[in-house]
Amino acid sequence: MIRVVLPAHLRTLARVDGEVHLEVAGPATQCSVLDALEARYPMLRGTIRDQRSGKRRAFVRFFACQQDLSHDPPQAPLPDAVASGAEPYLIVGAMAGG
Amino acid sequence: MSGVRVLVGTRKGAFVLSADGRREHWDVSGPHFAGWEIYHVKGSPADPDRLYASQCSGWFGQVIQRSDDGGGSWAPVGNEFGYDGTPGTHQWYDGTPHPWEFARVWHLEPAPDDPDTVYAGVEDAGLFRSTDGGQHWQELPGLRGHSSAPSWQPGAGGMCLHTIILDPSSPGRIFAAISAAGAFRSDDAGQTWRPVNRGLHSEGIPDSAAEVGHCVHRIAMHPSRPSVLYMQKHWDVMRSDDAGESWREVSGDLPTDFGFPIDVHAHEPETVYVVPITSDSHHFPPEGKLRVYRSRTGGDEWEPLTKGLPQEHCYVNVLRDAMAVDSLEDCGVYFGTTGGQVYASADAGDTWEPIVRDLPAVLSVEVQTLQ
Repeated sequence: MIRVVLPAHLRTLARVDGEVHLEVAGPATQCSVLDALEARYPMLRGTIRDQRSGKRRAFVRFFACQQDLSHDPPQAPLPDAVASGAEPYLIVGAMAGG
Repeated sequence: MSGVRVLVGTRKGAFVLSADGRREHWDVSGPHFAGWEIYHVKGSPADPDRLYASQCSGWFGQVIQRSDDGGGSWAPVGNEFGYDGTPGTHQWYDGTPHPWEFARVWHLEPAPDDPDTVYAGVEDAGLFRSTDGGQHWQELPGLRGHSSAPSWQPGAGGMCLHTIILDPSSPGRIFAAISAAGAFRSDDAGQTWRPVNRGLHSEGIPDSAAEVGHCVHRIAMHPSRPSVLYMQKHWDVMRSDDAGESWREVSGDLPTDFGFPIDVHAHEPETVYVVPITSDSHHFPPEGKLRVYRSRTGGDEWEPLTKGLPQEHCYVNVLRDAMAVDSLEDCGVYFGTTGGQVYASADAGDTWEPIVRDLPAVLSVEVQTLQ
């Protein structure tokens, strides 16, 4: 079970409270986690990554285990602690005003 | 009993303002989609309970929301706006080719006869259509495929397709306007397009009378006179009597002919409203006085409408999609400001009152007349 923490605006859009818990088939990667997230919450498609290219939106970041995974390859394995559910996978809106 | 529903898009959410036909007491609902930019909210003429909203954010991109109960509840629908084929390039600010890149939906135009059909004008300029209530969007690529498209350049606010007018008397005729490419017309339901900018003169481009390149801010039409169009250009208020084939200036005695919105009285096709703004570098009204100007002669002769509007220390702007009229017997006129006020007039502009004073900056105002 993967634990995903969404930013507040996306929790509102997806109508969820707190963490999202996902089962991911096969190796846990950023790509497979986002695929599972968007399959359960189709309204999130396009809000985290481009729907066609899969490219991360510029002001969205991916953190886990005190590391910035934003620039890691989408198919790279997630840390064991995330894959096991011990640590959450954080989807974060970049800090900015306005 | 008759009533009105004013749909307001702001920098930080949407608001629905409702009143009965007297338009004296208002119920304010919102913010819907709090914290998101709402570029436009518009109702279907075929089903007043069907609303569409363009919701976007610099962080999370574009969402389209739909309501089937007049704004009481909303649900996100499709938000994939993929350009048809290989997108190609337009000109960037420095003159270099720049790939077409979707940024946001500026304007949603529901079809007059089908609540599930809705058009979307987007940045970078393109026209999309959904025929399934917003679930899926297809580009009408003929517009962006026009031979002039590689030369189109963005205005300072981005290269947006902001005006979509569906001619009620000529099925298949559509007008669209793009900053800063100009006005375009299709007579075959959006398959092919041609520029309709003859008569426009713009000092900010090398050839002031070029076929394309004009920064058109807004176009308005009265449904009973679809060959008559009114335009607020970057500078100049213009009029066409031949469905855009030619334009003439009707700025007349306006204190300044720069501005953004333009609209037409619901029952008087020659009565037109604009909000003069000092200049393109001073986006506020002249002399700090917020004045709507009305022409009852289809342009040229204008009168200031000031009663109930601030006449000192007012430095707000009124954006291009932030004015609308209702179709009650006494035509109501509405506009919103970047200072968060939404003003209403229940007597065609003679007197004004604020419905709300302290919303986030207003991006768009539409009104539904409910019978």
